[in-house]
Amino acid sequence: MTISFEGKNLEVPAGISVASALLAGGARDFRSSIVGNAPRAPYCMMGVCFECLLEIDGVPARQSCLITVRDGMKIKQQLGAPELEDINAGVNHE
Amino acid sequence: MSKEQLTVVGGGLVGAAIAYGAARKGAKVRVLDQGDAAFRASRGNFGLVWLSSKGGGMPRYARWTRDAIRQWPELHKELLEVTGVDSGLEQNGGFWLGFSEKEVEKRANLLAKIHDEVGDIPFQMMDHSELKQYLPGIGPKVVGGSFGAHDGHANPLMLLRALHAGLNEKGAEVITGADVVDLQHRENSGFIVTARDGQSWKSDRLVLAAGLGISKLAEKVGLYAPVTTTRGQVLITERLKPFIPYPTNKARQTQEGSVQIGSTSEDVGFDDRTTTDKIEWLAKRAVDTFPSLANARLVRAWGALRPLTPDGYPIYQASEACPGAYAVICHSGVTLASIHASAIGPWMSGLAEAPEEFETFRSERFLDPNASFTNDH
Ligand code: FES
Repeated sequence: MTISFEGKNLEVPAGISVASALLAGGARDFRSSIVGNAPRAPYCMMGVCFECLLEIDGVPARQSCLITVRDGMKIKQQLGAPELEDINAGVNHE
Repeated sequence: MSKEQLTVVGGGLVGAAIAYGAARKGAKVRVLDQGDAAFRASRGNFGLVWLSSKGGGMPRYARWTRDAIRQWPELHKELLEVTGVDSGLEQNGGFWLGFSEKEVEKRANLLAKIHDEVGDIPFQMMDHSELKQYLPGIGPKVVGGSFGAHDGHANPLMLLRALHAGLNEKGAEVITGADVVDLQHRENSGFIVTARDGQSWKSDRLVLAAGLGISKLAEKVGLYAPVTTTRGQVLITERLKPFIPYPTNKARQTQEGSVQIGSTSEDVGFDDRTTTDKIEWLAKRAVDTFPSLANARLVRAWGALRPLTPDGYPIYQASEACPGAYAVICHSGVTLASIHASAIGPWMSGLAEAPEEFETFRSERFLDPNASFTNDH
């Protein structure tokens, strides 16, 4: 299936997590740290460290290691902390 | 004259602040910290640096807290300089928020009483629209509140780290995993402190700041240290863009962006679990306070036990039977950290007199058969 990260299309196998798919596709900068702005990438791959946050289909701050890829997903980096108003967009997401 | 050795049992916020205050005055200090099996109150609290409404039933305590609050900026600055660790102090004022007129009126009376009795603890009552100028995110259920210009918050974990780094810097010895089980007093030759694994240490002076573990140890050196527990459950949201500019009694946003929602105060003995009903209650109350929190995702919840005396006020006590031994029990280890370092450390290491009017904090107050106590202020 095809997903896009920062506007670039990637062909990825079905059934894997967004984090795995992007790492396999060579992505390293997933988000920027809220405190120091440093680039961050997935660490635990099991939902506890929150290092893998991404904006997925317009919903900010999603844990990409816990979300399975879907055809057509549009993914962006999570830069800094999300605004509560934007998170609203994610209510009832999936 | 060779320097006296001070041993502090307890490496939490209370023990570490006292030890730091002693070490910085030149005392020879050793801290014995129990390890992760202990109920570590210092690692689970809400992080307020708070004066408003403290000491309604004990003016000396209100004054003590007021002085601590005033000294906090200095401690913060010093720890930053000495250790490079930022305790996260923000002291631009804090809000108490109320959901009913009755509650707000009660609050106003209490703050007025404390201000009259103690002096110099100013406050400002505000209605909903005034509050909104400071806290634009509040919901319609918040009918009023009070503002304390002196209140604030800090990062309790960073404070603890800063104090420990400071101890290291000042040449104190910190021994972890020391589960102290026995204390002996020898006339003219001080104390022998023994841990469960058989290690022991000699000391001229002894401070017991062992939180919930204190009562049994205190008895061994002629100190009465009654302690109960209160459980505080707390919720943490994901990190968010700043939208709560001042700490409140119901929620605060940390410098890193997490909103900490708290806290319950439950009498459940030594049970530090979280419960669904309290998590629900906290979440509802937080959303009533700041409605946009309904969109926030929670990432953690925890329960932590904090020590509490029968009347809720601290105990600072010197042993008469075993001179050189002291006990400290205190609920507000963050707020009082500054004054524990400046006044209690020097006193308990023998380098200064006890602060004035300190009899008020002696534990004998609990032995009066005609008195009854409540710590539900
Ligand atoms: S990588 Fe740790 S939460 Fe996703």
